[in-house]
Formats: sequence, structure tokens, C-alpha cells
Amino acid sequence: MRYALLIYNEPGQVEALSDADREEAYAEYQVLADDARCVGATQLHPAETATSVRVVGGRTLVTDGPFADTKEVLGGICMIEAADLDEALEIAARVPAARVGGVVEVRPVVQR
Amino acid sequence: MLASLVRFLGDFDRAEDAAQEAFAIAARRWPESGVPTNPGAWLVTTARNRAIDRIRRERTLAEKIHLLLPEPDAVMEEPDDTVIKDERLELIFTCCHPALALEGQVALTLRALGGLETAEIARAFLVSEETMKRRLSRAKNKIKATGIPFAVPAAHRLPDRLDAVLAVIYLIYNEGYRGRVDLGAEAIHLGRMLAALMPGEPEAHGLLALMTIHHARRRARFSGEDLVLLDDQDRSLWDMGQIEEGRAALDRALALGGRGSYVVQAAIASLQTRERVDWPQVAELYGRLAELTGSPVVELNRAVALAQAGDPGGALRAVDRLDLDGYLYFHSTRAELLRRLGRDDAARAAYGRALELATTTPERRFLTRRIEEL
Repeated sequence: MRYALLIYNEPGQVEALSDADREEAYAEYQVLADDARCVGATQLHPAETATSVRVVGGRTLVTDGPFADTKEVLGGICMIEAADLDEALEIAARVPAARVGGVVEVRPVVQR
Repeated sequence: MLASLVRFLGDFDRAEDAAQEAFAIAARRWPESGVPTNPGAWLVTTARNRAIDRIRRERTLAEKIHLLLPEPDAVMEEPDDTVIKDERLELIFTCCHPALALEGQVALTLRALGGLETAEIARAFLVSEETMKRRLSRAKNKIKATGIPFAVPAAHRLPDRLDAVLAVIYLIYNEGYRGRVDLGAEAIHLGRMLAALMPGEPEAHGLLALMTIHHARRRARFSGEDLVLLDDQDRSLWDMGQIEEGRAALDRALALGGRGSYVVQAAIASLQTRERVDWPQVAELYGRLAELTGSPVVELNRAVALAQAGDPGGALRAVDRLDLDGYLYFHSTRAELLRRLGRDDAARAAYGRALELATTTPERRFLTRRIEEL
């Protein structure tokens, strides 16, 4: 099955790590990206760079900032191929963000 | 039967429909043709065949309207009508998967393993049948959509996952302990099943022991509408056979080296049903349990045991260190200790605070009586 790992963290969380810890976290992200089960990994620029778009009555409304004003923001997405939810959850637990105060949301991907 | 159908069909709803259909056919046929030599295997095979027919019909229909349904792989297997593998353990782990909401885990376990009707579960949890139906289908849909496996977890995942299963069964039991005896018996039934399926897991035996020993005292806990404390319980109302069964389960857990929280709680419950309770040992076990759980409520119980062991002053000091102001039993325990130390005014105030927090009639009556007796 295919799953999306939606990686949320608080802005500044990674920067607050010591140099050594940050290096380690980056190395772990690299290991995850190189895992054969990972079919795509994307890191997003910070939430300040977000622009939200909606179309109301034919008019396009553009606002500055992310859609949801929450403490944790979406920082990256990783698509994985796993046998079942247990395997997906195990991979999710290896995402460094999950252990430095962030959270990884695991969602099955609709496949047609 | 349901477990093996869920495995075979990969779908709770299909499994339930198929099982129902098989029972209906049996009810029609068996009176005429006689009961088959292996009724269980007959039912499973019939249910499987019916489900396959139904899937084939649906698929033909789907092909006609050019819709692609995902193909259930299981259909390719030939049903084996001699051996039915016991897959209840897989079913338990699926129902108690931590990715499901806890209330969904509880409902699904009672439905799939306890065989309770949706309406019965709804009644037990004081919600409407509609609400319970939605709760069950949310859980079943999540299992299907997210790929929650129908399997006993691998060894490295087992400890956490077993904890989740034990927690669900104990939660069902505790719902029953608050006066709904049918759920208590159901939880014990599930506990027995789990202990039999995982004979090497001490905590499974520990939980069974804990529930069985508590359950044995259920008739003595209430006198009419009134709550009766352990000390004042009429021991002739205790089910001694059940206490023995609980102690046997506790012995198995201890023999397996069990020292986990359910085993310790069962050991405490067992000590408390002795003719003369060894309170210093009970206090020591509560100390161990507090280390395991870090729970201030356990500390409160340790203090009660200290008082019973003859040290109400020490017990009061231990209680006053706890931060449990919103907890009824914190205040009723303090009140009891103050009463025993002869500090009646302070005791009255503490009973009063407990009374403010009481939510059930038996609790209120009990506390009111205590205040009147001062």
C-alpha cells in the first residue's frame, strides 16, 4: 500500500538543535530518502512563504500565509510503499521531526 | 468463526454478513438433514462459499457497468473444509490496534470477539444504537482504508501492542464494575481467551487474575443501593470458586516471572481477599505499582494500606503530598484518616469536599452517612 507521511513541525525546531544533532537529523532524513520503500520525499520552504488561494464566485482570492494557522506547520511530505499500516507507522517513527517535538501524520493514498 | 472469515475475506462487514447467512442456512437445513459431523467447519465453509458467490455476483455487475472493483485475492484460495485455524488472536490485535480510536477498539472487540449485538454495546455505553453503529463502521472503515494488518504483531512490536489489548479488556471490565455486571463477565471471557491464546505472557494471566478476583466480590460491593467497603463486606457473598480461579491465574503469571502492573494489582487483590490481610505487604506492592505507573492514585492507595497497617499519621502525611484536589477518593481518604486520628472537624470538611465531587447516588449516600456518623 502507498502512504503519505505528512511531516509537521514547529518553525525553528530544527534550528534550535545543536549543530551535531541537526547534522544527525539531516543524515537520518537522507537515510529515509534513500530507503527503497520511499518513493518520493519533498521538503517545503517555511510557512511564511506560503500563499493560499481560493476561488469564490468565480473570483480568485489570494491571501498570505498557510491555510491553517497552527503552531505546527507542514514542513515536508514523504511518500512510501509499505506492506501495511504497521510498517508505515514504523517508518514514520524514524522521521527525525517526530522525536524533536513535531508530528508525522500517516495517510493512505488513494490508488486508482 | 468470525475471525477466520475476516482473515479470508479481508473485510469485517462481509464476514459478518456471511456468518449470518450461514447460520440462517443451518437453521433451515439441520433440522431436516441432521447436524453435520463438524458443525463449526460446515458453518465456516458455507459462509465462505456464500461470500464468494456474493463477491462474484458483485463483480459481474461491476464488469457490466465497467467499474473496476479491487479484486479480493482471497477468492483464489480454495476453502478448506476440514481444518479451521484459530485466528481469534489476529482478530484481537486488529480490533485493539492503537491507530483506532479507543472507543472504537472497545466496541469492535465486544462486537467481533464478544459477539455482542450493536444494540447491546450501545446500551452498555449509554449511547444510542445509531451512534454505536457509526462508531463501529468508522473503526471498520479505518481498518480497511489504512491497511491495519490482520496479524499477530512481530516480536519487536508485541509488548506495546499487547499493552493496548490488555488496556481495552480492562476498560471493558471497569465499565462493568460500575454496576453493569454483564460487561464484567464479558471482559473476563475475553481475558480467559487471551490468556489461553498467549499462555506465555504473564500480564495476560495477571489481568485475568485481577478481573476474576474483583469480580468474585461484586455481590458484596453493594448493599441495596449502598456502597460497601472491603472491610465491611459480607464475605459469604464472595464467590470463593472464582477467587481460587483468579489465584491460579496469578500463580501462573508469577511462575512466568511476571512483575508487571496487572500482576502486581492481582497480587494486591489476592492479598485483600485473605482472612487476615497482610497490609504491610499490600503497602509494599502499591509502592512497586507506583514505581511502574507513576500514578498519584496508586500512591493514595498505598497510603490507605499504610493506615490499615497501623500508621494513619504516616498515611495522612503521604496523602497530603499528593496533588489530587479534583479527585473524590483523595478527599474521602483524607476524611477517613482524619476521622481515625480524632480530628473530626477537619474530617467533616474533607467529607464535604468529597460529597461535592460525588456523581453517583451510592457514593453520595455513603458520604452523607459518614458525615452523620461523625
